[in-house]
Amino acid sequence: MAEGTRKHAKILVFSTEKISDPAIDMAGLLKLHYPPKVLTISIPCSSGIKPRWILHAFRKGFDGVFIAADGSDCPYGESCTEKTGKLVNTTHDLMKENNIEPARLRMAAICSVCSESFVKQMKSFNEYLLLHSNN
Amino acid sequence: MNNNIGVYICHCGGNISDYVDVEKVKQAIATEEGVTLAKTTIFACADSNQKEMVEDIRQQHLNGVVVASCSPKLHQITFRAVTERAGLNKYNYVHANIREQVSWAHSDNKPGATEKAIHIVKAAIAKVRYAKSLDPIIIQSQKAVAIIGAGIAGMKAAIQLANMGCPVYLIEREYFVGGRVAQWDSLSTSSETGKQIITRLYQELIKHNTITLFTGAEISSYSGSIGDFHLKVNIKPRYINQQCNEGGLQKAIDVCPVILPDEFNFNITNRKAIYHNFPSEYPQLPVVDMVHCNRCGECLKICGAIDLDQKDELLDIHVGSILMATGFDPYTPIDGEFGYNQINNVITLPQFQRLINLNEKKLIFNEKEIRHIAYIYCVGSRQPEGENKYCSRYCCTTTIHIANVTRRKFKEINNYHFTRGVRTYGKQETLYRESLANGDVFLQSYEDDLPVVTSEDGKTIVKINDILTMKKSMEIEADLVVLVTGMVPRAENSIGALFKLPKGRDKFFNEIHMKLRPVETVIDGITISGACQGPKNVTEAINSALSAATKSFSYVSKGELELEPIIARIEKDACTWCGACANVCPYDAIRIENDGQKEYAVINNAVCKGCGMCLPVCPTDAIDLTAYSNSEIESMIDALAQD
Repeated sequence: MAEGTRKHAKILVFSTEKISDPAIDMAGLLKLHYPPKVLTISIPCSSGIKPRWILHAFRKGFDGVFIAADGSDCPYGESCTEKTGKLVNTTHDLMKENNIEPARLRMAAICSVCSESFVKQMKSFNEYLLLHSNN
Repeated sequence: MNNNIGVYICHCGGNISDYVDVEKVKQAIATEEGVTLAKTTIFACADSNQKEMVEDIRQQHLNGVVVASCSPKLHQITFRAVTERAGLNKYNYVHANIREQVSWAHSDNKPGATEKAIHIVKAAIAKVRYAKSLDPIIIQSQKAVAIIGAGIAGMKAAIQLANMGCPVYLIEREYFVGGRVAQWDSLSTSSETGKQIITRLYQELIKHNTITLFTGAEISSYSGSIGDFHLKVNIKPRYINQQCNEGGLQKAIDVCPVILPDEFNFNITNRKAIYHNFPSEYPQLPVVDMVHCNRCGECLKICGAIDLDQKDELLDIHVGSILMATGFDPYTPIDGEFGYNQINNVITLPQFQRLINLNEKKLIFNEKEIRHIAYIYCVGSRQPEGENKYCSRYCCTTTIHIANVTRRKFKEINNYHFTRGVRTYGKQETLYRESLANGDVFLQSYEDDLPVVTSEDGKTIVKINDILTMKKSMEIEADLVVLVTGMVPRAENSIGALFKLPKGRDKFFNEIHMKLRPVETVIDGITISGACQGPKNVTEAINSALSAATKSFSYVSKGELELEPIIARIEKDACTWCGACANVCPYDAIRIENDGQKEYAVINNAVCKGCGMCLPVCPTDAIDLTAYSNSEIESMIDALAQD
């Protein structure tokens, strides 16, 4: 199927300005392609994402939300990984309460040079969401 | 809310508009709420467009501006400055990245790229509607720079910084300074030899009290960020005391039974476990190679200056910026590549450079006098199949220069150059003309029909189908074959991994933009210089070192830096003080306050770093982050979610 006519899932990515944004930029620089319905909002730190923003994205029609987390590289400290994990758990619980499949929220640490990893994550998440969509 | 918004969509000279229909983007966003001006521009960053933006902002009283162009890492600062010049607070500007994250990432899908660009620009417009005027936060910046690598780039940068009055920590992994340039004798770029340049720079370096040089030193860990980097430096001992008797030390070297290939001479000679690099090494103090020392104790019987019990030292240093000058490795051919490691008179260009330096009067290799030398170009560079697709830039010039030097130094030398096209750019062309006048023979091939090196009856034969003579088949019997090897990134790159420095397609460290921000990296406060950034000759390495030194100095010179005024804000009425926010804050920036009616949280603005960790834990959603409020983020999500 030609790339222009292929169906893609709509994925919202929360990326971080200092860590995962450079990796996503570098994916473009290296012409590493990923589905075009991957749309990014930059924030300072992945542990500062509010669950309500994620639920809002699902309500507005996003198929999936991906948190490109700082991981151990977070400039705000080592506790970021644990705190981001907690907010994901909290959001998963809220998603269940709202009858949203928790697997539609994914998180992975994307370091500032992890372009290939980001692209791989987007492709596999896209495939998963298409496979499990009701369309 | 801002309701007089100007939007500029950049072609980026085709980088964007080749894949994104920018006119369609303009039409799609022109009717968005609050947008009163929408334009496309060939280069948004061009002076002419910046002036036009200033006029637009002033004349139309714009209160919000969006530019959709490259990554904000590159030009957000440019367009913020434009808004400031027009009298609009710079935080009323929002940047939309439609190059790295749209046109380049989706160059395989133009309709998809255009749709994505529309969504990204609409989201930026949604955000700028809520933008407010803000004042930046001022932080202290440590007035000191750490330079990693004391090759020519690092030494030159250190001197430049010291001349500007900046304290410098110059950290070298090896025991001697000078890097690759110390290994070269005659240079194409200078009338001085490499040794003379390093000697001069070292003498200049040690005159500065503000430069602290560490050799045998590596950074084991770091923390902090721009203006406030804390580095742990592990310093290995030399196992020799400062007060050493040179005569006794030489005897100790003589009795050392351990014989190793000498890396300084690219393994064409041997050294002992106690070694100098060469007579004018700096610092002028030998080293015991403890990895290979067998601790036999013979040297201790002769020289009292040797102390095999010296221990590593761990130092903490505090700097405002880090300048990388870690250099390159010469490409090592794989076994059998043009006969390398299989035919015994096939060597690399760096080995040949050391060989002509070590020989006087006669050029001898493997006990045989050398007369006919074949140079095979582009070995490890411009590889059609391999990883190194780039041109190493310096090697054509260096080879021709060395060939000229060899002719001058030794008698009856015949040079045969097997090239893929000679790239002696700029003034270096004069060296090429000199070699032609000398009678050097130049032959050329394409990458799909490279020269072949064979050993036949003890003779080394180089064959080529020369495209300069209608692919006539030629062969030369060579006494020595020199593989003109290019530059590759350091194989040992733990320091790059430690700082998570991005690498480009060629695997060298990557700058933000090769022309506009050529020494800055995406890691704020870390600059790059010299050949760690890509192949460079000595002049180019020095130029980039001076540029990086100036940039690093700009981070520390004022003693303070402007940071984004992004801090948490508590809505007092909504706060019921549970303490969850204070518990998760890594900076102790939240405290309890009591106004007599209720307890509530208060942010210490001077301490808050704007990470937002307190946001998701608040049970009453009483905390927002400046520029990342619920309204801003959710309106961006709304814009991105539109069909």
